[in-house]
Amino acid sequence: MSTGIGTALERIAVSALALLASAVIFGLLLILYAGVDPFEAYALMYQGAFGSWFSFQNTLTRAAPLILTALCTALPARLGLIIIGNEGALVLGGVAAAAAGVAVAASGPLVTNLAMAAAAMIVGGAWIALAGGLRQYRGVNETISSLLLTYIAIALMNHFVEGPLRDPTSLNKPSTPPIGDANMLGTIGGSDVHWGLAFGIVACLLCYVVQRFTTFGFAMQVIGGNPKTARMMGLNVGRYVLIACAAGGAAAGLAGMVEVAAVHGKANASLAVGYGFTGILVSFLARHHPLAIIPVAILLGGIGASGGLLQRRLDLPDAAVVVLQGIIFVCILASETLYGRSWTWLWRFRAAEGR
Amino acid sequence: MTAPSLELIGFTKRFGAMAALDDVSVKIEAGAFHALLGENGAGKSTLVKCAMGYYAADQGQILLNGREVEIAHPRQAHELGLGMVYQHFTLVPNMTVLENFVLSRGDLPAVIDWTAERRALNAFFETTPFTVPVDVPVADLAAGQKQKGEILRQLYLKRNLLILDEPTSVLTPDEADEVLTTLKKLTTSGQITIVTITHKFREVNTYCDAVTVLRRGQLIGTKPTSELDNDRMAEMMVGRRETRTVVERETRPPGKAVLKLEGLSVADNVGQLAVEELALEIRAGEIVGIAGVSGNGQRELVETLAGQRDLEAGRMLVHGEVYTATRPEMVRHKIACLPEEPLRNACVADMSVAENIALRSFDQPPSSPDGIRLRRSPMRETARKLIEAYKVKTPGPDAAIRGLSGGNVQRAVLARELSSEGDLLIVANPCFGLDFAAVAEIRARIVQARNRGAAVLLVSEDLDEILQLSDRIVVMFDGKLALQTDAATAEVGAIGRAMAGH
Repeated sequence: MSTGIGTALERIAVSALALLASAVIFGLLLILYAGVDPFEAYALMYQGAFGSWFSFQNTLTRAAPLILTALCTALPARLGLIIIGNEGALVLGGVAAAAAGVAVAASGPLVTNLAMAAAAMIVGGAWIALAGGLRQYRGVNETISSLLLTYIAIALMNHFVEGPLRDPTSLNKPSTPPIGDANMLGTIGGSDVHWGLAFGIVACLLCYVVQRFTTFGFAMQVIGGNPKTARMMGLNVGRYVLIACAAGGAAAGLAGMVEVAAVHGKANASLAVGYGFTGILVSFLARHHPLAIIPVAILLGGIGASGGLLQRRLDLPDAAVVVLQGIIFVCILASETLYGRSWTWLWRFRAAEGR
Repeated sequence: MTAPSLELIGFTKRFGAMAALDDVSVKIEAGAFHALLGENGAGKSTLVKCAMGYYAADQGQILLNGREVEIAHPRQAHELGLGMVYQHFTLVPNMTVLENFVLSRGDLPAVIDWTAERRALNAFFETTPFTVPVDVPVADLAAGQKQKGEILRQLYLKRNLLILDEPTSVLTPDEADEVLTTLKKLTTSGQITIVTITHKFREVNTYCDAVTVLRRGQLIGTKPTSELDNDRMAEMMVGRRETRTVVERETRPPGKAVLKLEGLSVADNVGQLAVEELALEIRAGEIVGIAGVSGNGQRELVETLAGQRDLEAGRMLVHGEVYTATRPEMVRHKIACLPEEPLRNACVADMSVAENIALRSFDQPPSSPDGIRLRRSPMRETARKLIEAYKVKTPGPDAAIRGLSGGNVQRAVLARELSSEGDLLIVANPCFGLDFAAVAEIRARIVQARNRGAAVLLVSEDLDEILQLSDRIVVMFDGKLALQTDAATAEVGAIGRAMAGH
C-alpha cells in the first residue's frame, strides 16, 4: 500500500492539531460568553465521559450508533463521494425495524431481532443507494441529494409514526407499538452497554478487511483515486457506487435498528437526535478509515455523554457540547489544507527562533 | 525593453534521497535564445522551477544582469521580469484576450476602465511582431493563437526573460515555425532573452544560439549551437551513441479483423457529436494510424474504445463480438491502451507503482487466487520484474507513482499494458513530451506488438510518427474519416490536405 508510516503519522498529527485548535476556540468561548473556567469544564467533561465505569458505559452506548452511522459516510468516501444523508438512513431504518419487530414479535427474540436488522439494513441501504444512483446515472450532486433525502426521511418517519404505524395508546409522543421487553436487544455480559457496540465494531473490522484484503476494496480505491482510469480498466463504476452506498446506508439503518431494539423499544421522533449528523463528523475526523472510526466515535460519544454534567455543574446550556462538535467539524475541514505540505517551514521557523 | 542576462550558479535540489539537480550552473547571455536539452527526468523542469521560485532550491545563486537576486516566490521572479510559458495553456478559456491580459496584472484597480484598457492593449499590439484578436474568448482561438497569446501576455506584463516549457508541443509545424521565428526576431533585436525546454533537435538547430544539456540532474555542458550536430547533442543527452533498435517490420498479409467499428457516433463533453458514424476495420498484425489536427474527434474515439466514454450510436465489434468495454471483455479479448498523459488518464496518482502496474491483473492469479481475495506480495513481485524489464526508474515498487517523471510513468503503463501480449492495442500520442530515447523504445515496442500479431490503432498528432509506424493511414476531420490510404503508397500532400479539410 502506498500509505507509508509517514502519511499515517501525518494524518494523526493533523487530526490531533485540529482537535487541539477546537479545544482552544471552545475554551475561549467558555471564558468570554459563559464566564466559565475552561479547564474546569474540560475536567468535568473528562469525568462525565470517561471518569467512572458508569459514565464510560454511557459513552460506549452513545458511541455504538455513531460507529455505524460514520460508515455511511466513510464507505462512499472511498469512491470519492461525500454522502451526508446518514440521519435519514438511520431514522428510516429505525421505523422499518420497529414495523418488522411488531410484525414478527411473537416468533421469539432472535427471529425478531434478525428481522428487524434485515428490514433496517434494506431500507437504509436503499435510501443511500438512491443518492448514489442519482449521482451516477443522473448527475445529481450526492452531497446535496443525500442531505435533502434526510429531510424527506424525517418527514416520512413522522408520517408513519403519527399515521399508519401509530400505537393508539401513545398519546403525548406518537410512537409505534413497543416491540416488547422480551424482544429487546440485550447488553454485553454484565455491563449496561448493548450489543449495538459489537455490531459497530464488527462492521468496521469487516469494512477494513474488505478494503485492504479483497479485489473489491482495491477496485474501490482505484475508482476513488481516478474514475477515468477505473473506466479504462473496465470497472463497472456504477455498480461499485451502488454497492458502497447501499452498504453505508445499511450500516446507518442498523444504527436505527439498534436505537429501537436496545434503547427506545419503539420508533418515534427520539430517533432523530443527531446521531447521523455526528456520524459525518466521526467519519471525517477518522479520515474515513474504518478502524479509526471506533476510537473517534468513542471520543465523540464521550463529548455527548458529558453534556448533562456540564449542564448540572456549570449551568451551561445543554447545547454546549453541540457547539463544541460544530467547532471540531469546522476545524477538521479547515485542517484538510494542511495535508501533503512540506513541514520544513516549521523547522526553519524553529531554527530562526533559536538564533 | 532590454534583454537581461541570467546566471544560475551551483543549483542543487533533492527530493527525498534523489538529487533532481546536483550542482548545476548555467549562464544565459543577454538576448540569447538558449535551449535546455535532456531526457525526461534530467532536471530541466526542476531547474527552471527553481529559477522561477516555484521550488526552493537546496543550494544555488541567481545572478540577473550580473547582480545577485533572491527569488523565493514566483511573484519576485515576475517583478524581476522573469516569465514562464507552459506546455499547456494557462489563459482562462471563457474570458476574452483583453480580460485575460488585464486580469493577470497584479495592480488591478477596484473599477476597471475597459475602454482605456482596450485602447492600451491595442496600442501595445501595434508594437509587437504578431497579435491576437482582443475581444474573442480564448476558447475560440486556435492552438497556435493561444500560444501566441500566452507569449504576448508575458510581453504585456513587461517580462523580458521568458522561460518556455516545450512551447511547440501543441502546435503544428507551421505554427511552431511562425511563433519561433518571431521570438527569434525579438531576441536578435535584444529585446528579450529566451530559455526554452525542448526535445526537438530541428528547433534547436534552427533557432537556438546555445544549448545546455542536463543528464540525471548533472550538468553535461553548455555549447554554442554552431559547434554541435545532432549526433553530438544526442550523445550529450544520453551519454552514448544512440544504438537504434528499430524493430524490423515483417511484411506479411494482415490477418483477420480484430476491431470493427460500425456507424460509431460519440458526443463530446458538451453533448455535440465529436465522432459521426465512423466505420473502420483493423486486422491482426497491422497498425492503423489515425492522423488529424487535434480536436477532430480523435480523443473522443480513443476514450470510447478505452471504455472512458459512452457511445451515442453504432457499435464496436472485437473478434466479431459486440464490445461494450467491460472488464471481462477486456480480459477475454486482451485489450490494451496507451493513452496520452498517462498519469491523468491511465494511473491512480496516489497509489504505488506496484499497484498501478497491477491495475489490469489484480483480480487474476497470482494477485488474486479466486477473484475475491487480494494478495499483495505476488503483486509486488510481478511489479518488481516488470519494473526491471521495462527499465522504470523508481525508488521501489511501493513508491507513489505521482513521484515519477513523465517518461517513467509511461514506461510503467507500457509494462502493465504490453506484458499481457494483447490482441488489440489502442495507442494515443504515446510519445507526447518524451525524450527521443524513450520515444524510440516505445515505438519499437508498438511495432513488436504488431509483428506478434496484435491489431494496433495509433492516434497521433505527430504526422511523422504516423508515417513511420503505420501500415494503413486514416485521416480524421470533423469527426469523420476524410481519407484512407495504404502507408506504402501514401502521398503526404493528400494527407495534409485531408487534415486541413480539403
